Amino acid sequence: MLELQILLVFMIIGAIVAVKTKDLLSAVIAVGTVGLGLSVAFLILKAPDLAIAQLVVEILVVIILIRATIRKDLPFSTSGRWFFNTFVVFVFLIVFLIFGYICMKDLPKFGEPIMKVAQSFLNNGLKDTGATNLVSSIVLDYRAYDTLGEATILFTAVIGVLAVMRKVGRKK
Amino acid sequence: MSLYFLCLVLFSVGLYCILRKRNLIKIIIGIAITEYAVNLFFVLVGYKMHGRAPIHAEDQAILNMVDPLPQALVLTAIVIGLAITALIASIAIRVYEKYGTFDITKIRKLKG
Repeated sequence: MLELQILLVFMIIGAIVAVKTKDLLSAVIAVGTVGLGLSVAFLILKAPDLAIAQLVVEILVVIILIRATIRKDLPFSTSGRWFFNTFVVFVFLIVFLIFGYICMKDLPKFGEPIMKVAQSFLNNGLKDTGATNLVSSIVLDYRAYDTLGEATILFTAVIGVLAVMRKVGRKK
Repeated sequence: MSLYFLCLVLFSVGLYCILRKRNLIKIIIGIAITEYAVNLFFVLVGYKMHGRAPIHAEDQAILNMVDPLPQALVLTAIVIGLAITALIASIAIRVYEKYGTFDITKIRKLKG
């Protein structure tokens, strides 16, 4: 899977650019490249539904973040204990990476998943639900309560955005 | 193995952004990057070598499919991530209207 590794390195470089650049609008565009690379990675990993959803969501995220940053660019402050804070964060990240590398030895190897639950979905999905796309048969039939909860979270988020952003009834 | 580790490196880049940056928009960007890394990790674990997309077709040349269960879970997680990003961005816009800055060290003081 060489193409996937190249794509992941591209995504990491885009993420570092998004973290390190001073200009906020450039950072938002860089995080857009990371999301679009993720969409292509889903396509390589044989997940077309996820690729479509990720493409749409990424464009919406970039639009929302540009709305939040436009004409509000301001300089960064690097005062305070700059060296100490950076040192502590880097030590924490190195310890985190070492522990993650140790934990990954217990995972199943790449390309050979444990498909205990999914094998029954693959065998009986067409007969049980009548959907040829097994991902949508899981989302809309086997795990329909999960999708109901997702819709609840979406409406809660919409209510939250409306309550935060509304201008009527706000005291000056 | 190396793919898992690259995914972990992407996660830690986002974690560094959340921990170290002081700008609210940068923190939102860090949350988005960690979320991408977690979604990608789920789909990586469910990938089967030389498999096909989990869609039945008339002429099936390849019989083994990739795991559809992580894909269904990640499909939910992507949409929830959009809702989270919209909510945080709206709160950041309101904070900018009230305090005139995105810097989290300057918005500590309370205003009535």
